[in-house]
Amino acid sequence: MSIIPARAMGRPLDRFDGADKVRGLAPYAYEHPVARPAYLSAVRSTIATGQIMGIDCSQASAQPGVLGVLTHLNAPRLGTDDGELRILQSEEVAFRGQFVGAVIAETSEIARHAAGLVRVDYRPRPHDVDLESSREQGRLRVPQQIMPMFPVTVDKGDVESALAAASVRVEHNYRTPWYNHNPIEPHTTIACWNDDQLTLYVSTQYLMGVRSTVAAAFRLDPQQVRVYAPHVGGAFGSKVPVHSDLILAVMAAQLVPGRSVRFALTRHQMFTQTGYRSPTIQRVRLGADAEGRLTAVDHESFEQTSRLGEFAEHATRATPTMYATPHLRIRQQVAALDLPTPSIMRAPGESVGMFALESAMDELAVACGLDPVELRLRNEPVAHPLDGRPFSSRGLAACLREGARRFGWQPRQATTTPSRQDGWLVGTGVAASTYPVLRLPGSKATIRVTPDGRYTVLMAAVDIGTGTRTALTQVAADALRVDLAQVELRLGDTAYPPAAQEGGSAGITSWGATICVGADELRRRIAAEHGGTIPADGLEVTVDMPENPHLEQYAMHAFGAQFAEVRVHGETGEIRVPRQLGVFAVGRVVNPKTARSQLIGGMTMGLSMALHEASLLDPRYGHVINHDLATYHVSSNADVPAVQAHWIAEQDDQLNPVGIKGAGEIGIVGAAAAIANAVHHATGVRVRELPITLDKLLTV
Amino acid sequence: MRPFRYERATDPDGAVALLSRSPQAAFLGGGTNLVDLMKLDVARPDLLIDIRGAVSGVIEELPDGGVRIGAGVSNSDLAAEPLIRERYPVVAQAVLNGASTQLRNVATVGGNLLQRTRCLYFQDITTACNKRQPGSGCSAIDGHNRDLAILGTSPDCIATQPSDLAVALAAVDATVQTVGPDGSRGIPLTELHRLPGSEPQHDNVLAHGELITAVDLPPLAMAARSRYRKIRDRASYAFALVSVAAAIDVADGQVRDVRIALGGVAHKPWRARRAEDLLRGGPATEDRLRRAAEAELAEAQPQSDNAFKIPLARNAIVRTVLDLVEAER
Ligand SMILES: Cc1cc2nc3c(=O)[nH]c(=O)nc-3n(C[C@H](O)[C@H](O)[C@H](O)COP(=O)(O)OP(=O)(O)OC[C@H]3O[C@@H](n4cnc5c(N)ncnc54)[C@H](O)[C@@H]3O)c2cc1C
Ligand code: SF4
Repeated sequence: MSIIPARAMGRPLDRFDGADKVRGLAPYAYEHPVARPAYLSAVRSTIATGQIMGIDCSQASAQPGVLGVLTHLNAPRLGTDDGELRILQSEEVAFRGQFVGAVIAETSEIARHAAGLVRVDYRPRPHDVDLESSREQGRLRVPQQIMPMFPVTVDKGDVESALAAASVRVEHNYRTPWYNHNPIEPHTTIACWNDDQLTLYVSTQYLMGVRSTVAAAFRLDPQQVRVYAPHVGGAFGSKVPVHSDLILAVMAAQLVPGRSVRFALTRHQMFTQTGYRSPTIQRVRLGADAEGRLTAVDHESFEQTSRLGEFAEHATRATPTMYATPHLRIRQQVAALDLPTPSIMRAPGESVGMFALESAMDELAVACGLDPVELRLRNEPVAHPLDGRPFSSRGLAACLREGARRFGWQPRQATTTPSRQDGWLVGTGVAASTYPVLRLPGSKATIRVTPDGRYTVLMAAVDIGTGTRTALTQVAADALRVDLAQVELRLGDTAYPPAAQEGGSAGITSWGATICVGADELRRRIAAEHGGTIPADGLEVTVDMPENPHLEQYAMHAFGAQFAEVRVHGETGEIRVPRQLGVFAVGRVVNPKTARSQLIGGMTMGLSMALHEASLLDPRYGHVINHDLATYHVSSNADVPAVQAHWIAEQDDQLNPVGIKGAGEIGIVGAAAAIANAVHHATGVRVRELPITLDKLLTV
Repeated sequence: MRPFRYERATDPDGAVALLSRSPQAAFLGGGTNLVDLMKLDVARPDLLIDIRGAVSGVIEELPDGGVRIGAGVSNSDLAAEPLIRERYPVVAQAVLNGASTQLRNVATVGGNLLQRTRCLYFQDITTACNKRQPGSGCSAIDGHNRDLAILGTSPDCIATQPSDLAVALAAVDATVQTVGPDGSRGIPLTELHRLPGSEPQHDNVLAHGELITAVDLPPLAMAARSRYRKIRDRASYAFALVSVAAAIDVADGQVRDVRIALGGVAHKPWRARRAEDLLRGGPATEDRLRRAAEAELAEAQPQSDNAFKIPLARNAIVRTVLDLVEAER
């Protein structure tokens, strides 16, 4: 495969829509000017499981300004069997906080007030929301296949014998808590029915998914549904699947045809209605010879899903890719609980799985008396450890070396005594990062050119705030071999050709590859059919995303190495991370500015995961009780003094015509382990359960 | 959230009269706490009386050398005021360690002192909470209580008082000036908040309709070298797990006088009088400080998730006061 030469690519351009966003001129879903909007407010169950015995809407309905009240008694019957989406279909309650009704009103204030006046009587049933006891009592099952190319069960060689024979063994459990996505823009919708046509403004990562899911749920032809998403204020994966909030908005709009129903989830609801990352309990066992060469790797993960549907956080996904080992065992199990269904969240699998694996590798370095950078270098595989395929490119060793150089890493025998400065214990840590190069099928692109040399690219793709619009324009200009100023990208509308989701770090990868094919086709036709000049009435091509002939041949992954400096106060246990530095191998970097912002954003989210984030489930009630941003801590500015992201030059011709691997997720992978490892270096305390809070380090 | 009326009061008596007539009404300062709680349906006033035009918004020197802070002064202005920064740095530091710039710009001194607890269950109306709904039970005792109290708790409530400012004011012996239906009075800050006992619904001793008009700081020379140390789960924008407000006067190696107040440990700012008494009249050594702190915390009763607060509070007291002593040398 040949990759296109870079002219516009490689330039650190500002986001084209940045100024509009700062000025408040870029409309987000909820803000679209619509005539006579109506407002929706939801009623949610206050029991975890059971039955609705009665709903009294009389007070709510009687409020002036109320246009309608939705319950399971009057809601339309849905044509979907997705348990999460099947709201208001019966009197059954499957989790606490599930939608059981809604009020539509002239203002959001009236709707919210009236929603509080809906009286629901329940007959509760005992609920089970406890992952730990499900695990202890073996109430677990192997999840169905998650993604075909990543097996959930692996048995290579004989791990037990290899562990028994190993000179050095490490075996520990690692735990990560429940996480919620919390993009600043909540999930929002405007829904409007006109005759048989449904118009939706949605905050989404996947317009086509919205269209097909809503069409199926409401038994429509997809052509009857038009979805717009010109700007999206963050997502982290929660906006890839359709959630019940969108279904509720569409149902409500059916009650008031011709009116545009606005619905924004509250922050409380964002902790229940939009998916989350399951807590994990992971067991890692490593065996090595006296020189630190791995002889056995065993990684098991236990997670939760709901009784409504299955989603498994694929925590073991990265493990087979990382290190050379003759014996490898992977297990994955889930417990179905009376809770909402978890979902994809930035680097699903890798983010939590690599916390466990890379903490265990640090423990192995200590056990072997080896420098942790050196340990990783010693275990570099020549080919993919599971299936023997060559890597299309593998930059881990280069990232470790370059990172160590930039960070000023002091190689150590792992037992170095920590240094102390003004009452603070100082330590450093390292961990590896990885993320697969995914390829999401289903994209088409239309490219149009007019005789004045202006090119328009149309795709129902979306920019969720990452700068995709800008970077993809750079790709298109180079693919077309024209100046940036000649190219305009139109995204965010299902009237354009279909596009895969913005997810799996594969947005620009998949869409960019499609644009490259379209650009080739357009240039070919101008040359072949029009003698090299653009015809007077312009020209248009529509193409499909290309196949990749190398897909079966190579293992394709991005890698990185992350370093952190940590200070722990000797008397209070307070933790500060004055420095994080990551070096990544992500193929070509299309826009250094937006790519860097994704990488440091991911690293910051990893810091947040290491020290701050945790959704606290109250098992008696069955819901997350710290459901707001004052009590669900994410790192604040003061926690993030210096995050640096660098990359090595990496040309990989096997991936796609753009030569990129995707940079949206890898930054979070390994960051928490690097910090936990630095905490251990500073204090001698190994924290195996996130977040690392000061009480775990307080010297009593 | 429910519909409510909004009125502006222009003088204290008018504000008090309006509120006293309406059992469900509430005073509104910056609204940064009250309006949040209204959105959550925790607070359900039918009338908001905006008192920002009814109370003083200035800081002035008193004839005795003390300082009077109008209840309507913004948290930001309070922290920026030179009189405060020079004579009572602990107060400015406490304010700057709380909330965010945006919140401090709007929040008032009166509202800050009366902000309600951050107990997770208090803020979630679908759970049992004696403070929100007397008699419904306390969800925190057998639930998530890492942030909650270790001193002065009751079987009915283990919540903490969240204001940093209140802790600093408790250390410097501030007095709260109020006007109420029965006239005006001065309340020592250490007596403004109460312990939960069997009536956790009452955070403080104010009567319905009693308005804070000002906070008076007495002249206190050692307060010029006072300090606020706040320990929390992230570097900013988080409530205290434990905080210490301290001032000390050491002469000839002997502690002449000392003030210590703790935050994050009780339903009120916890003035550490036992520790203060033990420290006075002897040297300010690490060992004596540790013993004084331990004596203060001797009756602490940890909850399931917060036993760490006891050593944390002890270490924080020792470190904060030692730093002051060392800075003075
Ligand atoms: C995310 C977040 C983080 C925060 N972090 C911190 C922190 O770390 N430390 C900290 O100390 N605070 C913190 N705060 C709280 C903040 O300091 C308070 O919300 C603020 O000080 C309240 O002041 P206000 O004027 O807005 O009060 P309001 O919300 O207007 O009122 C609060 C209460 O006081 C009553 N009231 C107001 N004025 C008077 C008066 N003059 N007389 C009698 N009653 C009155 C009201 O009726 C109400 O009950 C935080 C707040 C938020 C939202
Ligand atoms: S500690 Fe107090 S505020 Fe918290 S739940 Fe118990 S009674 Fe309510």
